[in-house]
Amino acid sequence: MTTMTGSRPQLSPAARIARMHRQGKLTALLLFLPPALVLFTLFVIWPIFNAANLSFFKWSGYGAIDNFVGTQNYQRLANHSVFHQSLWNSVKLILASLFIQIPLALTLALLIYKKTSINTAFRLIFFAPYILAEIASGVIWSFIFDGDFGVSGQIATALGIEPFYILADRQFAFLAIITVVVWKYFGYHMMIFIAALQAVPDDLIEAAEIDGAGRWQKVFYVKLPLIMHAIKLSAFFAIVGALQVFDIIIPLTNGGPSNSTHSIVSYLYTYGLAQLNVGYGAAVGVVLFILCMVTAFSYRRLAMGKGGAL
Amino acid sequence: MKSFCLGAATVLGLTLAGSALADDVRMLAIEPNVPEGRQYYLDVAKAYEAEKPGTKVQFDFLDDTSFKSKLPTLLQSSARPDAFFTWTGGVFAEQAKAGVLKDISADFTDADRKNYSPSGIQSMSHDGKLYGVPMYAASVVLWYNKALVEKAGVDPKAIKNWEDLLAASKKIQGAGIVPIVMGGKDKWPIALFYGQLAARIAGTDGVAAADKGENEGFNNPAFIQAGEALKQLADIKPFQPGYMDTTQPKAAGLFGDGKGAFYLAGNFLVGAQAQNSASGKGLGDDLDFITFPAVEGGKGDPADTFGGVNGWLVTKDAGKSTVDFLKFLTNNKNQTEGGRLKIWLPIGTDAQSGIADPRLRRIAEDLSKAPHHQLYLDQMLGASVGAALNDAAAQIVTGDISPEEAAALVEEAREMR
Repeated sequence: MTTMTGSRPQLSPAARIARMHRQGKLTALLLFLPPALVLFTLFVIWPIFNAANLSFFKWSGYGAIDNFVGTQNYQRLANHSVFHQSLWNSVKLILASLFIQIPLALTLALLIYKKTSINTAFRLIFFAPYILAEIASGVIWSFIFDGDFGVSGQIATALGIEPFYILADRQFAFLAIITVVVWKYFGYHMMIFIAALQAVPDDLIEAAEIDGAGRWQKVFYVKLPLIMHAIKLSAFFAIVGALQVFDIIIPLTNGGPSNSTHSIVSYLYTYGLAQLNVGYGAAVGVVLFILCMVTAFSYRRLAMGKGGAL
Repeated sequence: MKSFCLGAATVLGLTLAGSALADDVRMLAIEPNVPEGRQYYLDVAKAYEAEKPGTKVQFDFLDDTSFKSKLPTLLQSSARPDAFFTWTGGVFAEQAKAGVLKDISADFTDADRKNYSPSGIQSMSHDGKLYGVPMYAASVVLWYNKALVEKAGVDPKAIKNWEDLLAASKKIQGAGIVPIVMGGKDKWPIALFYGQLAARIAGTDGVAAADKGENEGFNNPAFIQAGEALKQLADIKPFQPGYMDTTQPKAAGLFGDGKGAFYLAGNFLVGAQAQNSASGKGLGDDLDFITFPAVEGGKGDPADTFGGVNGWLVTKDAGKSTVDFLKFLTNNKNQTEGGRLKIWLPIGTDAQSGIADPRLRRIAEDLSKAPHHQLYLDQMLGASVGAALNDAAAQIVTGDISPEEAAALVEEAREMR
């Protein structure tokens, strides 16, 4: 894709504009670029700079923003044990997404990617959690985990054992959240894989069969290499998605017990917005933004090859 | 995140749609605890509109959390309501300082003020200026289940100090009954114990001094002692299993279903324990209360009450009708009706007569006789320090931090405020 533009002779900016005018592109540019540029600046660029600026102030959300505190918000952040825990939780979510969610999605996609009516039914079932709103999933699962009236409580009663309150337990509460996150999003990745698998040419698989490839050989030497681009893309979504988990945590644990289950975003919400430390929240937002950007760019560089091509 | 944005957009839409003609009154309220609450507001609005033709009164309702997080933006925009609900305390002080409120001192004559309890008027004032109208008070007491304490052979009326409560809890536990039902997931129910203990040990003056950072602030030995007392209770493991995954409403329901002997909560529990119980009926006549026990050697008067003061703050640029409507909303008739409906304990000086429930009447009487009414600590201290206090209390109980660390955590938040 990039070779075409690369081979063009260099033109001066004025000559370029003149050429665009001849080709009728200039009118289109003047007509369509400003609205997009204005919206993008207003809703993306400006808030980013605004938040970065705000992170050097102490501001409760009321009154003028005039209490400049330098890097105090960042120092607090660096020393706050709950923030460390939130970072670690986000790392755990990333690992779970990469090493549990994606393999699960891939396995299921391989099982049901062929177009049959039973497969369609399964696809629908597996995709259903993704359609549900995050907040609704959180509420539903909080009922499931409820040891008094919920499903887990009923199972415990039926088995005649003491009910177990997983969301009240520091050690296991985050495991419950990981379970829900995997449950919620594996269907999405599965769909990406199914689309990619359906695009694998049948003749290649046939050729492999004629060459005597077994079932596993077909998977590992034909199908997986051919959908590697989809796997890389999926992994990218999984990482960025894991950094942004919020709506599921709030109804499940609200960050508790003892602030042990916050993600970066729920930490931002709790300590920044809910407690009216807007400047502090902005500092968390800046850190999250940098993390996302570093992840995105380094992932493109490392996994997606030159120029971000898949 | 998506649903959060959607909610914000809805509110914005609501407020823009209602942004108003000349002298209409737009009120922003929190979703009432009881269904009658909502209807009550709408009825009062209708009655006012009938009395003052041409004026429209509109109530918008938001749940607690959205209310608190959206208010700052809303108040500083042109879509702000004319008056909004308040828990008073630190957040109110912040709003008054930011200049988003209207000084209504001149609209309230001495005769007007006489209709409200002095502590109510005090709570709505900042730097000697009146910014709002008090409507009701909440007072925390130690509720108990008569049948269960009798079964365990405990006489709750004999619980006079903290040691007595610890002993009673052990005895109840020995009888195979959960001593205290707790909604730990919300944290503030745990902080009620912490705050009450602090008020009993340091006294209201001591709490106020700590708020100002005097005598080492919250590192003052009184607060460490409060944490130690809380830890003594937690060490008995008096709460129901899974209490850290139990929200306050669910806990109230469990108590209403007879799952535990004691419950520390405000007067609202009378309604909440019935409504949230599986039977829908609650404990009925088995529900009674004692005042929070004293702490030996504490500076606080055992007759001091602890709880909330709530009302309405008027925003800058609000029309004349707003104050007029607030006076109407809190007049004797409407206050008495609110008390009769068990929505709240009226703060009007003459509005106790409507309270039919003998328990609520007793709470109201104790409240009016109390030498001091300590505001909920998390409300008094403002959003960030209040949250730190709730966190600290929860973590003392779960054993994650020591009473000293808890006090330091609150003090650190106070210094950052």
